[in-house]
Amino acid sequence: MKKTGAQILCESLIEEGVEVIFGFPGGVLLPFYDTLPQYSKLRHILVRHEQGAAHAADGYARATGKVGVCMATSGPGATNLVTGIANAYLDSSPIVALTGQVARAFIGKDAFQEIDITGITLPITKHSYIAMEASSMANIVKEAFYLARTGRPGPVLIDLPKDVQTEEAEYRQPGKVNLPGYKVPSRGHPTQVNSAAKLINEAQRPLIIAGRGVIISGAGAELKQFAETGQIPVITTLLGIGCFPENHILSYGMAGMHGSGYANKAVDSTDLLIAVGMRFDDRVTGELSAFAPNARIIHIDLDPAEIGKNVRVTVPIVGDVKAVLQALIKLVNTTDHVEWIQELDELRKQHPMMDIRDSAGLLPQYIIRQIYEATGGDAIVVTGVGQHQMWAAQHYIHNEPNRFISSGGLGTMGFGLPAAMGAKVGCPDKTVWCIDGDGSLQMTIQELATLVQDNIAVKIAVLNNGYLGMVRQWQDLFYDKRYVATPLSCPDFVKVAEAYRIAGLRVTQREEVAPAIKQAMQHDGPFLIDFMVEPEENVYPMVPPGAAIAQFIEEPKKEVSTWPRTSTP
Amino acid sequence: MATNKHTLVAIVEDKPGVLNRMASLFRRRGFNIESIAVGHSEVPHLSRVTIIVNGSNAMVEQVRKQLDKLVDVVRVSDITGDNITIRELALIKVKANSATRSEIIEIADIFRANIVDVSSDSLTIEITGDEDKIDSMLKLLRSFGVREIARTGRVAMVRGNLGTRPAEEKTAGSRTNK
Repeated sequence: MKKTGAQILCESLIEEGVEVIFGFPGGVLLPFYDTLPQYSKLRHILVRHEQGAAHAADGYARATGKVGVCMATSGPGATNLVTGIANAYLDSSPIVALTGQVARAFIGKDAFQEIDITGITLPITKHSYIAMEASSMANIVKEAFYLARTGRPGPVLIDLPKDVQTEEAEYRQPGKVNLPGYKVPSRGHPTQVNSAAKLINEAQRPLIIAGRGVIISGAGAELKQFAETGQIPVITTLLGIGCFPENHILSYGMAGMHGSGYANKAVDSTDLLIAVGMRFDDRVTGELSAFAPNARIIHIDLDPAEIGKNVRVTVPIVGDVKAVLQALIKLVNTTDHVEWIQELDELRKQHPMMDIRDSAGLLPQYIIRQIYEATGGDAIVVTGVGQHQMWAAQHYIHNEPNRFISSGGLGTMGFGLPAAMGAKVGCPDKTVWCIDGDGSLQMTIQELATLVQDNIAVKIAVLNNGYLGMVRQWQDLFYDKRYVATPLSCPDFVKVAEAYRIAGLRVTQREEVAPAIKQAMQHDGPFLIDFMVEPEENVYPMVPPGAAIAQFIEEPKKEVSTWPRTSTP
Repeated sequence: MATNKHTLVAIVEDKPGVLNRMASLFRRRGFNIESIAVGHSEVPHLSRVTIIVNGSNAMVEQVRKQLDKLVDVVRVSDITGDNITIRELALIKVKANSATRSEIIEIADIFRANIVDVSSDSLTIEITGDEDKIDSMLKLLRSFGVREIARTGRVAMVRGNLGTRPAEEKTAGSRTNK
């Protein structure tokens, strides 16, 4: 049966299991938008800025594990997606971006709102298409979703010329995807797996560093079994948070620039670093020449190009993390590393992470811990980028995968609110907290209107310190406290929320924190709390840029009240 | 780290933008390409790209892996260490008058090059060979005055039965065949 390009697009999206599109219309997308009401299975959420659409698709993808879809019109609509696409690319998040394009006859003529979006996004997409015939639409959509979600996931863009949306073609469901140039490694090479097992069984001080690859591969159970079998301590990257329960006896938290002192010290003294689904980002390695100086390294990753890119690896294993861990579990001796673990526990005592000092002012760490307590650790926590992000990573105890959603590679301020929106749409039964900074929130604050229009009940905690806090912290520590361009005049966020018809509260005292969080969670619908926190509180520990990760700066000694570490299994 | 010249051969799908994708990758990752030559391969819809890149082994390995990740790139091999034939074609327009013409023709003969065009004040020579051969002839011709040079960039092939044909590829995983 003949259908228009727009109809074929909708049918194909439904075929791929798409339920929601975060989008913003425009001239060249009118044929698509005019067709959309014929397909009640496709829910469209109108964002207020296309960047929000891309981040929402990203947040949706990370919370659900499904492919997120965003849409923007040609020209400025498409260029507004770019930051969000780059963010998804760097964090390997599966999204499909649909962009309108001028009619075929106008392409290359600098027509109104024409932009070469496939060209612009070339280095930040896994692949891209221009759908030049309605007859190729179904195949393109199928390939795009296949590419986005398989292997190392990433963003795929489809450009949709206006007249292709109205062109008629025979709609046939496509057959199998045929991409001769696309290979997904599956299980690791047995020889490599054996070599790795040998190293693991010989090691005295082995350490696992786990990244987002574990979450993408769905290998949490395998990682746990592997660590428990070999009694190997586990640390994670920022994006790996939640791939291994942080309340587990073998968990030593997050490593890297703002990682725990004991995690970073562990990297310094391990004799075998087992890197699983991570890519040795500079924020996790610190100065490369001093990274894991006593260790041989096993690197397990799906992407062969990540092997040997930043660090020299003793045993590389290219393969799906889950399959490789399954193979390794069979070969690893049941053992214990009592002395090594005692040493790490001693380090944990010397460099405590979970303590929060007594303070007359409102401490951001305290707020994060209160949100943790109020949600029983079960919320999806989405952050912007900055100090609040690091505090959320440090002080919320994450025991499940896909529950901590944050912009890692690109470090995109403004990610929080729209990504939280996407996460809530994908997981409507979950409590979703957007923990944001006053600077980060203001980059995409207009999405408050989207929360209202589509009744998306995101709870927003603004850690408001009146600064671009993380930049101020660098100025504090490395630029002699010259706070240039970091003091921030903020609007009254509660009034802003009210103007958007969102309920809100301001909190200035420690005693008000828990009741405010409770009120927010009991409220039906979105809710914003403006926490007026200590303006010059710094994130510690901190590895200074260019330093070895064992050379971290710790919080200057102040009075501390110990917080009991929660249950261990 | 020691750098040396590497010869990569890529089999790529004939799709719009494939060269753009490759070029964008070289630029973004800071890889310096010395020469790139593209043409049809023995398989319909597949092109063969010969890339000469100067760099350390580790850097060239990164180039190879990153290229291999492009969806339209079917296969990339580093054939540097193999027994290979490398050829380049150059067209060279040299100033020539009745006094110098025969001498230039003699030089062309020595290099087994062809004269493909003659005019009252120039000769155009077509030469095929490896880089050194073409450079050597150019050196001799410079004294006559070289007006224009067009070089194709190098193409390469493994000698004997071994090759870089896409059909010989064996990869694990979900690769689907036509």
